[in-house]
Amino acid sequence: MLRMQRFFLSGLAMTKAKGRNAPYVLSLPAVLLFAALLVVPLAMTVVLSFQNYDLNTGAIEGFTFGNYLDALGDPYYHTIFLRTISIACATTILCILIGAPEAYILSRMQPPWRSIFLIVTLSPLLISVVVRTLGWALLFGRNGVINATLAALGIGGGPIPLLYTTHGVVIALVHVSVPFMVISVWASLQRLDPRVSKAAMSLGASEATVFRRIILPQIIPGVLSGSLIVFALAASAFATPAIIGGRQLKVVATSTYDEFLGTLNWPLGAAIAVVLLVVNATIMLTYNNLLERRYARSTR
Amino acid sequence: MNRNGPLALLFHALFVVFMAAPLAVVVWMSFTPDNLLKLPTTTLSLRWFYAILDNQQFINAFGLSIFLGVIAATLAILLAVPAALALSRYRFSGRDGLVAFFLSPLIIPHVVLGVAFLRFFTQAGITGSFAALLGSHVLVIFPYGLRLVLASLTASDPALERAAVSLGASNWTVFRRVVLPMMIPGVAGGWVISFIQSFDEVTMTVFVATPSSMTLPVRMYHYIEESIDPLVASVSTVVIFGTFLLMFLVDRIYGLDRMLVGPTK
Repeated sequence: MLRMQRFFLSGLAMTKAKGRNAPYVLSLPAVLLFAALLVVPLAMTVVLSFQNYDLNTGAIEGFTFGNYLDALGDPYYHTIFLRTISIACATTILCILIGAPEAYILSRMQPPWRSIFLIVTLSPLLISVVVRTLGWALLFGRNGVINATLAALGIGGGPIPLLYTTHGVVIALVHVSVPFMVISVWASLQRLDPRVSKAAMSLGASEATVFRRIILPQIIPGVLSGSLIVFALAASAFATPAIIGGRQLKVVATSTYDEFLGTLNWPLGAAIAVVLLVVNATIMLTYNNLLERRYARSTR
Repeated sequence: MNRNGPLALLFHALFVVFMAAPLAVVVWMSFTPDNLLKLPTTTLSLRWFYAILDNQQFINAFGLSIFLGVIAATLAILLAVPAALALSRYRFSGRDGLVAFFLSPLIIPHVVLGVAFLRFFTQAGITGSFAALLGSHVLVIFPYGLRLVLASLTASDPALERAAVSLGASNWTVFRRVVLPMMIPGVAGGWVISFIQSFDEVTMTVFVATPSSMTLPVRMYHYIEESIDPLVASVSTVVIFGTFLLMFLVDRIYGLDRMLVGPTK
């Protein structure tokens, strides 16, 4: 059956004389790289997460669920997981509120401005996240730009705490990840057929009605897939929470780093990393399924 | 018609300020003549840029990052071109799975990759070596290069290749005279985005690098962890303007908006 299917598929392929092995030969080098540097290291990490830990010798052979029980049972890690998820949720919501309208505004701009501002919006993506986070650290400090400006203008009573706070981390993470929301919503706006809006207008719909009944339903999938990317990024961000949050406000990524390079409890660090990977993958897959089901229903 | 109202434009202006503010502050701060982190208002100075030249650690990290980025991007593209040809020109069983496999480094959190690489390289006994940095970077940037090469190949019309074959061209001639010229923009754009991704990568590299093999973002991260001073702002300014220069090049070669948003238009 499978053989027949494969035969049928290869019959559909563009007729190149090289035969059906060609695609496998062509992709072999990359597959080998991925096998050696992705599959093996990830498998080793999973194995490591089940190993015992000894203060003097580090990871030792054996099989235990202890690391997972530690990571999932300890109130210290509960706080860290909860903080990470709430930071990621807040970042996602803010990115929707800021990024989706901005994408809509961009799409309504006239040609030269549109691509100029699209580049202005998206180009920070290409600048190192350490540099962008440094900018927020400079803005946020007790004597930072924001507080110095407020003091100079005589507004507010004393410095606003921003550095080393959760909301400071969220603001910086929104800056880092909002371009992905703009890209995602922008892509779904590009697929809109402008004739539908024009038809609605010609039938007497107001601009608000057109937005609510025609544009909004069609960009929802873009908003949802954008939030998926933003959430995944925010939940696993490292440099931004490390610099803005400081040593006190640990998130999953920074505490994994501490286990590996600070306290050197590698099995525990590996267990936290595996939990992060599984939670991230689960959220993505469930969300994706949900998205596809809803999307399929709305287009039916 | 389809015009943005004043409220929309105000929102847009605030958004642009929000996006530009941290970068503008870094650049502005780097011209301070003081030792303190105070935005210069009366005099500007280049002293913190000269100070970079006295800091061997930043210079070395800069050199390593550029060298690593060039080699890693080149290797990634060399692997991505045949893979993209396979994915775009053939239908074969396992094709969709292979695409997902190749793009998976985009979905796996970089912390997890960092942990996995640290374990793997330690077991292999090559922690902190250039080979370790190179291998991990090639893997992480591969999907970016693949996407652009793939996009330029899918955009080109396979009928041209069939026409060449029907006129008697050999497979090699078809590749050299038809396929290659059509994918050059994708390859060049893919190389630059791969280089930038390698140059910027910090979350995974922070696990893999050792004090003697720190890339620039890792060195900057550790520096900022200790203290923030105008020196790190001037290093950042150099990075920002270097990135702008590369963006300009990409825009000429491939189209910056096309690279950032994807070939939707």
